[in-house]
Amino acid sequence: MNFDDTPQEAAFRAEARAWIQANAPKEFEAELSQPTVGRIKLKNRDILEESKKWQTKKAAAGWACLHWPKEFGGRGATPIERVIWQQEEGFYGKLEGVFLIGQGMCGPTMMAFGSDADKKKYLPPLASGEHVWCQLFSEPSAGSDVAGLRTRAEKKGDDWIINGQKVWTTGAHFSDYGIVITRTDPTQPKHKGLTMFWLDMKSPGVVVKPIKQANGQSEFNEVYFTDVKIPDSQRLGKVGDGWNVSLTTLMNERMSIGARQSTGFPELFAFCNDLMLEDGPAIDDKNVRSKLAGWAVKASGLKYTSYRSISALSRGERPGPENSIGKLVAGTMLQDIAMFAMDLQGASGALTDADSPSIAGQFQSILLRSPSDRIAGGTDEILRNIIAERVLGLPGDIRVDKDVPFNAIPTKGR
Amino acid sequence: MNFEFSEDQKQLRDQARRYLTEQSPPKAVRAVLEGNAPYDKALWKGLAEMGFLGVAIPEEFGGAGAGHLELCVIAEEIGRALAPVPFSSTIYLAAEAIMLAGSDAQKAKWLPKIASGEAIGTLALFEGVGNPSHKAIKVSASQGAVSGTKTPVADGAIANFAIVAARTGSTGREADIGLFIVDLTGDGVTRKPLANLDQAHGQAEITFDRAKAEPLGNTAEGWNILTRVLDRAAVLMAFEQVGGADRALEMGRDYALDRVAFGRPIGSFQAVKHILADMYVSATLARSNCYYGAWALSTDAGELPEAAATARISATQAFQHCSKNNIQVHGGMGFTWEFDCHLYYRRANVLALSLGSLTYWENQLIDRMRFRNAS
Ligand SMILES: Cc1cc2nc3c(=O)[nH]c(=O)nc-3n(C[C@H](O)[C@H](O)[C@H](O)COP(=O)(O)OP(=O)(O)OC[C@H]3O[C@@H](n4cnc5c(N)ncnc54)[C@H](O)[C@@H]3O)c2cc1C
Repeated sequence: MNFDDTPQEAAFRAEARAWIQANAPKEFEAELSQPTVGRIKLKNRDILEESKKWQTKKAAAGWACLHWPKEFGGRGATPIERVIWQQEEGFYGKLEGVFLIGQGMCGPTMMAFGSDADKKKYLPPLASGEHVWCQLFSEPSAGSDVAGLRTRAEKKGDDWIINGQKVWTTGAHFSDYGIVITRTDPTQPKHKGLTMFWLDMKSPGVVVKPIKQANGQSEFNEVYFTDVKIPDSQRLGKVGDGWNVSLTTLMNERMSIGARQSTGFPELFAFCNDLMLEDGPAIDDKNVRSKLAGWAVKASGLKYTSYRSISALSRGERPGPENSIGKLVAGTMLQDIAMFAMDLQGASGALTDADSPSIAGQFQSILLRSPSDRIAGGTDEILRNIIAERVLGLPGDIRVDKDVPFNAIPTKGR
Repeated sequence: MNFEFSEDQKQLRDQARRYLTEQSPPKAVRAVLEGNAPYDKALWKGLAEMGFLGVAIPEEFGGAGAGHLELCVIAEEIGRALAPVPFSSTIYLAAEAIMLAGSDAQKAKWLPKIASGEAIGTLALFEGVGNPSHKAIKVSASQGAVSGTKTPVADGAIANFAIVAARTGSTGREADIGLFIVDLTGDGVTRKPLANLDQAHGQAEITFDRAKAEPLGNTAEGWNILTRVLDRAAVLMAFEQVGGADRALEMGRDYALDRVAFGRPIGSFQAVKHILADMYVSATLARSNCYYGAWALSTDAGELPEAAATARISATQAFQHCSKNNIQVHGGMGFTWEFDCHLYYRRANVLALSLGSLTYWENQLIDRMRFRNAS
């Protein structure tokens, strides 16, 4: 049990710190250092463009995708070095948001299943932020039940022809590439007839339509495929083995989302410190304290749980289903914290002008955004199932469609 | 960074678990709960022989001199087994107070006796309803003696000696409170056992009438020492609570796999699975906070006050959460005297109050976080 750096880790930290000190985009310090739960904005600047600039700079100096092998644009760093880097990068790490899906989920899948030539060609620009990738899994009738997907891929000579529709695809509107899971054999039970590919999002026949979200923003999309042709060489894993390939993606997803999930606690604590209520500072109020303490220990529990998994990773263990806990806890917390912070503001709590000093518009935008944290990347219910089944060893849910050929499963609605 | 117990510490845990599973089965816990004995003497002696009582006591004072991480490991197992012995009073409170503030002579007198199981100690702090507060202390000390009434005192009826918090001045400040060692078998001590939720943590009222008292540390520093003792005990107690939470979760899981209803094991119903998943979540968050506390305790880090409150709150919540839902998962069986669920439920709710209530620790945590943010 030890928080101290080993001499090697200390040297790594010093090197990282010096480089960040000399190279970070200091012009955004004011905006990035503000608590920003949810989406970040840079005044008068395009966040995607600025994120790419910072990522490219990091990549050139060997600080991108630290744990990836060097030949793929990484550094071959240990899990702990990765944490040290994140600690040192601090709020500049917020500029990594747009790369999360590509680097956190698509990259590892490509690394595990891509051809050697493609890995050498596509992974370094993914690491350096030159290319953005998206994850095309969910469909209108296949969200939690992602194996129920209907997008078809049919073999024609050396190519595959894809037809169908994906939905909720984050970043598809600015992505260069994507990984897509398709049904290649509807006569097989649903988990067996799936196959994974990667593709160029500019391929003819791909149409991306942004969706306006409940919070008014547009981060995710519908994606339509009409006779999209891709060569067999873009297949990831064996034909019919797409489900197993997707599990690699999802396991990495849980790890990379879970570890960086906002809880809203530091923002709430700072807010309660400053806010004056009728009887004095909010933080002196008994009810406020009790709520704060409850959330403080959850936030801290998540932090040290992730340290424990990092310690396990550095012993060579793989990220396991227990990492579902991060998003499960943080998602609800974020929503509850937003509601509480607004409640403290009384009638003004409904106002959304984030720049007004008398209110705290950030919680209102967290309120509107936080429902998605409990859905994206697996709903609370699915994450609880995972913990119950894969960590505690309880029986799986009864699956009436499990052994039935996919095309014989009764359908309803869309 | 390395955030886990070492192989040696894990071996110690396995050893302690094996020993306690055998020597502290539910049957033994019940014997004490049902009032057949004030505590399990044979187990207490056995724990001493295994070296568990003195695990963190230095070798020169008869202990194993292993350290506090090792003590955390043992504490967790004590909690898992609901061991009906005065472990927390003697080890987390009395021994810690003496190690922290005692003179060499006091250490030489008490620590070997604690390590060998010969002396049971406790902390006499509370004086009726309320939480630790220097203002609440009326028991007074003068001319080497204490007078007044302490209630409740955990293990107060069986302890040989107590660390007593007593008033030495009347300025209204913390410096008015001193700590004293009082031999409970001496003159001027009257004890009355009190009925309580969990007889395995017996409570008593102790009245001192000019009972001989020896200062522990600088008497003007009493409240300060006490706060540090409570913080240290909070981490250790949190491990005990996490041990209990973990066992309650395990019992619930096993029962859910075993019990069949509607033609299926109840563990295949999602509502039941989700109860158990949430129990796992609270136990895991608490365990991680406990590791943080263990690190702070074993290194005497500046973060200890905050880490202790954090571990204490989340372990209290986790044990209460897991033990109440363990009963729920067991259905009617869970509400019988015969099943062990209530033993955990009782213990969870007694431990939740033993070092000051949840509200008290919540307040402590926020004060400490504020202090850190300000400095
Ligand atoms: C902001 C955001 C970004 C996203 N980004 C992407 C992306 O980039 N790529 C991508 O592929 N997908 C993405 N998704 C999709 C996301 O993975 C799905 O929305 C999610 O898996 C839930 O599926 P669904 O929306 O179809 O809901 P449904 O599966 O229809 O769920 C509806 C309700 O039923 C419950 N439910 C369903 N099945 C079960 C069950 N077995 N047991 C208990 N309850 C159940 C759910 O918990 C939920 O409460 C994103 C979603 C959001 C909100």
